[in-house]
Amino acid sequence: MIPTSEQLCEAIRVAVPGAVIEIVPSTPAAAQPALLVDCEHAVAVARYLKDEPTCRLDFCSCVTGVDYLAKSFIEVVYHLYSVALKHGPVVLKVRAPRELDQCRVPSLTPVWRGCEFQEREAYDLYGVKFAGHPDLRRILMWNEFADHPMRKDYVPPADYEWEPTPHDEVLKRTKAAGGIMPPSAAATEVKK
Amino acid sequence: MIAEPLINSAGTITTQTLEISIGPQHPSTHGVFRMDVVLDGEIVRALKPVVGYLHRNHEQLAEKMAWLGSMPYTDRLDYFNSMSNNWAYALAVEKLAGIKVPARAEYIRVIMAELSRLQNHASAIGFLLQDCGAWGTPLLYAFKEREKILDFFETVSGSRMMCNYFRFGGVRVDLAEAMLAMARKIVAEFPKFLDEFEKLMTTNEVVLARCQRVGILPKELAIAGSISGPVARASGVEYDIRKVDKYGIYDRLEFGVPVGEVGDVYDRYYIRVLEMREAVKILQQVLRDIPAGPVQAVEVKLRGFKLPAGDGYGRIEGPKGELGFYLVSEGGPKPYRYHIRPPSFINLTVLEDMCLGHKVADAIIILGSIDIVLGEVDR
Repeated sequence: MIPTSEQLCEAIRVAVPGAVIEIVPSTPAAAQPALLVDCEHAVAVARYLKDEPTCRLDFCSCVTGVDYLAKSFIEVVYHLYSVALKHGPVVLKVRAPRELDQCRVPSLTPVWRGCEFQEREAYDLYGVKFAGHPDLRRILMWNEFADHPMRKDYVPPADYEWEPTPHDEVLKRTKAAGGIMPPSAAATEVKK
Repeated sequence: MIAEPLINSAGTITTQTLEISIGPQHPSTHGVFRMDVVLDGEIVRALKPVVGYLHRNHEQLAEKMAWLGSMPYTDRLDYFNSMSNNWAYALAVEKLAGIKVPARAEYIRVIMAELSRLQNHASAIGFLLQDCGAWGTPLLYAFKEREKILDFFETVSGSRMMCNYFRFGGVRVDLAEAMLAMARKIVAEFPKFLDEFEKLMTTNEVVLARCQRVGILPKELAIAGSISGPVARASGVEYDIRKVDKYGIYDRLEFGVPVGEVGDVYDRYYIRVLEMREAVKILQQVLRDIPAGPVQAVEVKLRGFKLPAGDGYGRIEGPKGELGFYLVSEGGPKPYRYHIRPPSFINLTVLEDMCLGHKVADAIIILGSIDIVLGEVDR
């Protein structure tokens, strides 16, 4: 049987001295409380969860970035399962400030190889820098793309919708934002 | 300019490596997918998957819509298995809200998910053999069978591939008796197709030569790399979410979990054949035992649907692997965060490890044996 999150907390505090751990509740029905770990000890905690014989969380299933704009931090959520003992999930969370230059958490790819692409995705879409990631590049957006589109305060560029026959609303928005007008726009205006 | 001598001091031919892009427009990449490979002659020395050509920020679209509004969008993830995608999303929402699903709806869900698995695996191995060079024949045999299942989906949901059939707390419409008879007929005929297909392929000399000992994925790497579904099981990882999580009514059903030994392309082919046989067993049981009753939990108000604040993760054993949804709710009518755990995307993590040292033609079938769908990889 998997230890409860309170037991895990106690055990981690003993095994990883100095680790700051807090339990974050999920919805009551889902009952998947998360362990919120400080960035400094996240890798040590992850290794402990992976190697400890009663946990053996050898399978990192899902890595998610979440932007909490109002609380001004970005959270990375790891869902861990054990293939060996067939239990889970244990949810591990780390937080980083939203400012791009400080938005940095330790990468858990050295612990679970399966985080590699998912951490790249969180970097791409949220701008979280994973320290220690072997190959931190954009994965879904193209390399030249400058922003991180899943952030809650992301504003799409005004000229992003280049349509063969742009419709009124797009043209209005583009013009209002001072974006690049498509060449066909002049012709459309004359017609009116 | 003096050319380098062809024969170097060690007595072997001097070669240069060549960097090429396979894809994004290439018939064997199963969609717009690119592999940047470094070749030494025909041998793959490095391989980097490049994805994102079909990226449409599905997750952000969902954050701007009502909870139920993204149900039809989940169809477009893995467009071979819209029924399974629907189930994963419905299951995650039901988990967050604590919704109980009526028994008949649970049975219908299993029927849909297992029929999806049948047609997905049939076409997956058809495509794999097409990648091996068996041009058309096995694929069209598989598609003939898939067609019957798609006809059934169309009869039930009104659409062949974009089914949008599941609802939170049940399914959209009930199955009439005639539809159940249709499903029973498909299931009764399916083993015949499998036998025929196996006679054609399983011991075929060319298939054995091309697939055995190619692209071996060790068990340890499969677990460490978060590989799930048939790919992991072919490598000997005995892990099936239907058995582990026992979601729906899978704890009441008898079925086996086939596990491979070597973890090569051939095992990944054969594991899918065996899984189809298990899926037929499941279908026979649910079609025999399906109870009467409502198909939608009445207490769930789909219009203006709201979830309690908090987060949660729900997952199912999709035909391609673990399909999960991580949802964050703020108590409002829209998701605050809606994240998909796409199996084909994560299964690509170890593509390079499987391909190194193999010929470029083998890299094609190794990719084919993972069975990716770009709608889900790129989202």
